[in-house]
Amino acid sequence: MTEVRLFATCLAEEFFPSVIDAAKTVLERLKLKVRPIRSSFCCAQAPFNEGLREPALALARKFLRACEPGTPIVIPSGSCSSMVKIFYSDLLAGEPQLAQRAAALRPWIYEFSQFLVDVMKVKYVGARFDRTVAYHPACHLTRELRVVDQPRALLAAVEGIRVVDFRNPEECCGFGGAFSVKLPHISAAMAEDKILRIQASGASAIVANDCGCLMQLGGALHRRGIPIETWHLAEVLAAR
Amino acid sequence: MSAGPSSSGFLEASRRGVADADLRRKLENATGRHLEHVAASHAEFPAFDSERDAARRIKEDAIGRLDELLVELKNNLEANGAAVFVAADAGEARDYIVKVVQRAEAKRVVKGKSMTTEEIELNPALERAGAEVVETDLGEYIVQLRGERPSHIITPAIHLSKEDIGRLFADKLGIPYTAEPETLTDAARKRLREIFLSADVGVTGVNFAIAETGTLALIENEGNGRLSSTLPDTFIAVMGIEKVIPKLSDLSHFLEILARTGTGQKLTTYVNFISGPRGQKDADGPRAMHVVILDNGRSAMLADPVLREALYCLRCGACLNVCPVYRRIGGHAYNSTYPGPIGSIVSPNLFGSAAAELPFASTLCGACRDICPVRIDIPRILLHLRWREGAKQPPARWPKETVKVRESVVRFARMARFPRTLRLLTRLAAVVLRPFSRDGYLRRMPGVAGNWTKWGRDFPALRARRKTRKGAKPAPRIADANRDGAAAPSGQSQ
Repeated sequence: MTEVRLFATCLAEEFFPSVIDAAKTVLERLKLKVRPIRSSFCCAQAPFNEGLREPALALARKFLRACEPGTPIVIPSGSCSSMVKIFYSDLLAGEPQLAQRAAALRPWIYEFSQFLVDVMKVKYVGARFDRTVAYHPACHLTRELRVVDQPRALLAAVEGIRVVDFRNPEECCGFGGAFSVKLPHISAAMAEDKILRIQASGASAIVANDCGCLMQLGGALHRRGIPIETWHLAEVLAAR
Repeated sequence: MSAGPSSSGFLEASRRGVADADLRRKLENATGRHLEHVAASHAEFPAFDSERDAARRIKEDAIGRLDELLVELKNNLEANGAAVFVAADAGEARDYIVKVVQRAEAKRVVKGKSMTTEEIELNPALERAGAEVVETDLGEYIVQLRGERPSHIITPAIHLSKEDIGRLFADKLGIPYTAEPETLTDAARKRLREIFLSADVGVTGVNFAIAETGTLALIENEGNGRLSSTLPDTFIAVMGIEKVIPKLSDLSHFLEILARTGTGQKLTTYVNFISGPRGQKDADGPRAMHVVILDNGRSAMLADPVLREALYCLRCGACLNVCPVYRRIGGHAYNSTYPGPIGSIVSPNLFGSAAAELPFASTLCGACRDICPVRIDIPRILLHLRWREGAKQPPARWPKETVKVRESVVRFARMARFPRTLRLLTRLAAVVLRPFSRDGYLRRMPGVAGNWTKWGRDFPALRARRKTRKGAKPAPRIADANRDGAAAPSGQSQ
């Protein structure tokens, strides 16, 4: 396999383009030709989760047109990957043609860490990261895609890194897309409790595979002036 | 107080919950302890997952032929000497029970723990009919003394500390203040024993109703369910239609998983089997037994292929304990008999449109599905209910902020269909916003993003991080770093 498609995701494009560069860098280090998906911007999860069928369908159609089965599609987000891989079948239940296309595409969709470990069979990607990190296992990554060991294996192989545990790591950070602004008080309380647990672990950086979690935790940390950095796993793996 | 949510709603009540630091600490401690017990009890029982699967298959079968099983159950209960009443809604169930109580000329009604009687608002109806109603489950007794509703489906007083209960008992029972759990339990037990001995009617819920034998199984820890169902002359059991299981032998699978997930116990202290009133040769037991089988919106859930799965629920309460939303706001915020993730599914279907916003009170994190003993796909059902709402126009009673967020998602989705334009706009807006940001974050945002910055979080500036960052720098020395979790750096390629 020589070519992969990279789906940047809307949050990375809007807030953290460095994540896209980093994912590309890591994939290229593995001698892959990276072809970004430019004609789709969003996997449709935001309207889908709000129960907005037509807007979600329009975006899913756009995504499905932008991709072809036969080339792996790498997505640096557990949430967007699970949308395409799992929830499209629900969204497209009444749309047989699109559903068929989504089903054909499903085996070619990979979350970033899943692709590296399960397909490329690598753990060490030449990264160096001199920090004490807490790994935040994002919810959809963990409980929809069941990608649990891959990110940890990749982190363990990074030079200079120290990974620390913290209490109740798998509890949601509180982002939840529109939830974060719809019930902002609950969302913020979840983030608050999470960053305090991470702070107690002594970590100097939080690593996660989802830009949503990074926005949420980074925003809460910055508001409180807690000097813990937030990094996407792809950024850590690209660092040296 | 009404069993369903009020339209004043979840938004305000959940704000009060989040703001109550004391409540959040109590919830965190109690639910955290519960989760540890559950994890330990699962770990020591390797067959847990296969028992879950077996239990789920039984529920799939039972809910799939509910009509036939309910007939079988009714026939066998009647053959055992019980009177059976099938209630279409809460009102019918209440009226029947009130009539039974009046006919028995009952002055005092004791109740075992039952969420179904909460759902039909039985207590106020009985009180209006002139009966004294006493909750006999310790947690239920506590919340009744406080004039509150349960805040959890198996731990009704989870929102209270032992100090809160000490103050309550000093005030209501006239005992000297103490926060000693044993002393407080003793005081309640002493009071409740007197009440049991003088009660005319006992009312309990039902955990499982076995169709083939007409037997009700009542699972509990305090013995109050047994006393409520055996001491008074009249016994009334109230159950939802979904509680029926086909065979007695099916029960073992549920017993293996229910306590392990509900409380972290291997088995509850009491497992009661009730097969009818006192027989001619029996020395004790109730002289009359009534079973109220309640629909109240459940058959409508049955008719929906996605919602149907929610009827598998055993009411173990684990999804509440693991829910990051419930843990921050507590059960009262939901304004419903059934709070938490399963409540957000059940409430809109039992109590109608006032609960329509509850399916949105979730990040869809999936922790509830993983802990559910019968693996109910709660996030997927929540999504299903969101689409059902989404197909309607947002009802006017939705808070203004909620409607604004929905509109902004629609706007975003419209723009996201034109990636090139949106990328260009993002770049332009990023340049405009940059002077207002500090190390990549904005302290205040207008519009919908303002909800974010008003609540404890700075907002990332657009395209805040553009370049690949450098990883190499000296590791900060952190004294209290967790050594056990440290991974040894390795440089080996595969």
